[in-house]
Amino acid sequence: MKIPSNILTLLAGVILTLVSLWYGQNHGLLPEAASDEAALVDGLFNSMMTVSIGLFILVQGVLIISAIRFRRRAGDNTDGPPIHGNIPLEIVWTAIPAVIVLVIGVYSFDIYKAMGGFDPQAATDPGITQIAMLPGESVPGLIDSSSQPKPRHAHNHVALGVGAFPEDEGRPADVNVDVMGLQYAWIFTYPDSGVTSGELHIPVNKEVQLNIKAQDVLHAFWLPEFRLKQDAIPGRDTELRFVPRHIGTYPVICAELCGAYHGAMNTKLYVQSQEEYDGWLQEQIASLNDPNQAIAMRAIAPSESRSNAEFLAPFASQMGIDTAALEQLHPQHISMNR
Amino acid sequence: MTQAEWQSTTTPTTEGAIPGQRKWQDYFTFNTDHKVIGIQYLVTSFIFYMIGGALATAIRTELATPESDLVSPELYNNLLTVHGTVMIFLWIIPAGSGLANYLIPLMVGARDMAFPKMNALAFWMVPPAGLALIGSFFLEAPQAGWTSYPPLSLMTGKVGEGIWIFTLLVLGTSSILGAINFFVTILRMRVPSMGINDMPLFCWSMLAASALILIGTPVLAGALILLAFDLLAGTAFFNPTGGGDPIVYQHMFWFYSHPAVYIMILPLFGAISDILPVHARKPIFGYRAIAYSSLAISFLGLIVWAHHMFTSGTPAWLRMFFMITTMVIAVPTGIKVFGWLATIWGGKIQLNSAMLFAMGFISMFVIGGISGVMVAAVPFDIHVHDTYFIVAHLHYVLFGGSVFGIYSAIYHWFPKMTGRMMNEPLGIVHFVLTFIGMNLTFMPMHELGLLGMNRRIALYDPKFATLNLVCTIGTYILAVSTLPFLANAGWSWISGKKAGNNPWRALTFEWMTTSPPAIENFEQLPVLTSGPYDYGLSKRNPQMEPEESRSNVEAPPGFIPPEEARAGSPEP
Repeated sequence: MKIPSNILTLLAGVILTLVSLWYGQNHGLLPEAASDEAALVDGLFNSMMTVSIGLFILVQGVLIISAIRFRRRAGDNTDGPPIHGNIPLEIVWTAIPAVIVLVIGVYSFDIYKAMGGFDPQAATDPGITQIAMLPGESVPGLIDSSSQPKPRHAHNHVALGVGAFPEDEGRPADVNVDVMGLQYAWIFTYPDSGVTSGELHIPVNKEVQLNIKAQDVLHAFWLPEFRLKQDAIPGRDTELRFVPRHIGTYPVICAELCGAYHGAMNTKLYVQSQEEYDGWLQEQIASLNDPNQAIAMRAIAPSESRSNAEFLAPFASQMGIDTAALEQLHPQHISMNR
Repeated sequence: MTQAEWQSTTTPTTEGAIPGQRKWQDYFTFNTDHKVIGIQYLVTSFIFYMIGGALATAIRTELATPESDLVSPELYNNLLTVHGTVMIFLWIIPAGSGLANYLIPLMVGARDMAFPKMNALAFWMVPPAGLALIGSFFLEAPQAGWTSYPPLSLMTGKVGEGIWIFTLLVLGTSSILGAINFFVTILRMRVPSMGINDMPLFCWSMLAASALILIGTPVLAGALILLAFDLLAGTAFFNPTGGGDPIVYQHMFWFYSHPAVYIMILPLFGAISDILPVHARKPIFGYRAIAYSSLAISFLGLIVWAHHMFTSGTPAWLRMFFMITTMVIAVPTGIKVFGWLATIWGGKIQLNSAMLFAMGFISMFVIGGISGVMVAAVPFDIHVHDTYFIVAHLHYVLFGGSVFGIYSAIYHWFPKMTGRMMNEPLGIVHFVLTFIGMNLTFMPMHELGLLGMNRRIALYDPKFATLNLVCTIGTYILAVSTLPFLANAGWSWISGKKAGNNPWRALTFEWMTTSPPAIENFEQLPVLTSGPYDYGLSKRNPQMEPEESRSNVEAPPGFIPPEEARAGSPEP
């Protein structure tokens, strides 16, 4: 039985659409979505994936069908039909991608707005401030800020990044954490209590603002499960503001090449219930006066005479860096920090 | 006196005009023949490709296991830095220059490039720069990534970084000299009968790529010179400890280095546009659309650079601006892809190595193009920036695109360059291995990036181990896949089947002279009697005996194929 070609085309189109729609929702390529922002980004990705799979199948299908149906038969030395073009067809395949990218563009704009990308506190470049000392010489301010609690962060200065949800603009976040990136660790300081930690603890369902700075070179603060990333730039303030929705432990990753041990610059994010979080915070505040802990705190400031391995050792266990990675931190490495 | 003036005023009487063949020694000298220079470029860049590939194999071997166990972390960063730099600046860009050098004068009917000595000079800058970069492994190799962002690049060692800057400055200069030559040759040295809309599409794409080189490369040179001052003289243009701004470097770097992607892919867009019609025996579909879309890509390519900086110091409005411009590039690129598909649709496709690589190019490039639109979307890019998703995307564009394109071009024009055919079964083995290896290596990287694996790391979370092992196995297949090609090229060059002038029955000028062409290319300058893609016209003689003089207008007068008649008239 011979089926008319336009019916076949229609059938192929329907199948292609259904496969695209199905795969766009069921690709299973993304990790857990642990924040509202993540859910927004995943929605965008799924729609782009749907369109992409459709285009992918269309192009690969045309290539495979051509290779089979239009292959040259043995002994046939003639040419194909002299078709030089087809203006309406060309207009169609110019217009369709144009409409697709326009729709994706507007959708992305919308998502970015909903994520807080246009929060006036986070949308403009604050410019640079000169950092005072040579990179790697010491960690200024960290010890000071830990010994005397700073006033609550007022969210009144501009720092580039992803800001508050549009409805929360101008309102200070529930929890502020100062994040300092340095070779090769993240140091988290809680300005309300003066607590300093190598891991990030935040309470679930509270709006968290991370004020990100870099001490020496570029780093990038990445939370894969939250679909958020922002470079930490020496001399520039950046921020990320989000609401964690699921209790759990998540990786914190440095995503910008920052030196030889860039791959080891990871730590953990603990999203905890309010009670657990408060308990952890109290424990940390108590240990600030504990002499053993004070030794560990001094270790944050490396001196020229100390190797990175020694400097990082107190953090190693709590940050989950394996000992093999630490052993690779040999003393010559400090010469990079001149 | 330029070649153009010389050509229009005198008839060749010097010894250079005597048709003849090159001796093998000529390929090792400062020779001004564009064909010698073209082959010098291609062979040199292929050697660097082998070196860059060896570095990639070392990288993937390290990544076969989650631990950092094969090389030290410093050496790992050396490897990834030199791998990126070699593949971009010493393989794909010079290979494109090699094809352009060889083909442009032949395609436009000129006897050489416009500035032959400058041409040779441009080539001879490549080997010393490349040797300096490779040699840096014996002193101190750069390790700040091929992007070399300060402040890291200012701290990782003056010698290695200095060598890296030197290499790029020399290669950039070489690239500029080459681009001037291509530009002038294409615009000024076509045979009088060839209007600008009669040019082979390769010439259009080289025009677009040369414009990008001329506009972008000086900005890179500026950035590198300022970086060198910061590095060697203690200035603080980009150094925040002196009040400098590292973000300014990123803008200057990407102002060149994003267009560099188009510098790497446009020549191959052109080559593919020339190869597909020959082996599909059908005219290119929408000549003008494909020609002008190269110019559109070239223009848009200049205003998308900050999409590499969406998570960096880029304010929201700038993120949105660059998101939109980046997405718009999909439109002219889509025009090309659909034009290519329509070209092969309904043709009589000869599935030889050149055609397989050309179709593989479309297949792979489309994947890179689709993921390119995805990463243009700011909210999504914030997640995948600097992850293996980006590594996958860029390799689908540059390996699946540029490298497949270069292979296709080599299989297609090898008979012209050497006078001998390449071995088909070996070529097909090469294609199959490359295609499988490529997808095995780079397809899992999409998932790795989405799941949370960042790039440029020597040790990674053990949960990514399986997919990484797949990637590494794919890399080994890729490494092996070059062996049939090397054997094929070497053997065929010496004792392949004689090709004759026009083994593919193609219509462009390069096929109307001997294979390999005589020293001055043409005994008599050819006259354009048909468009470059007029396949399928009745009783066309591929040997170009002067038949009844047809006009240069490409459209076949009054011929409307029955299938297309209802949809519209054929486009010129």
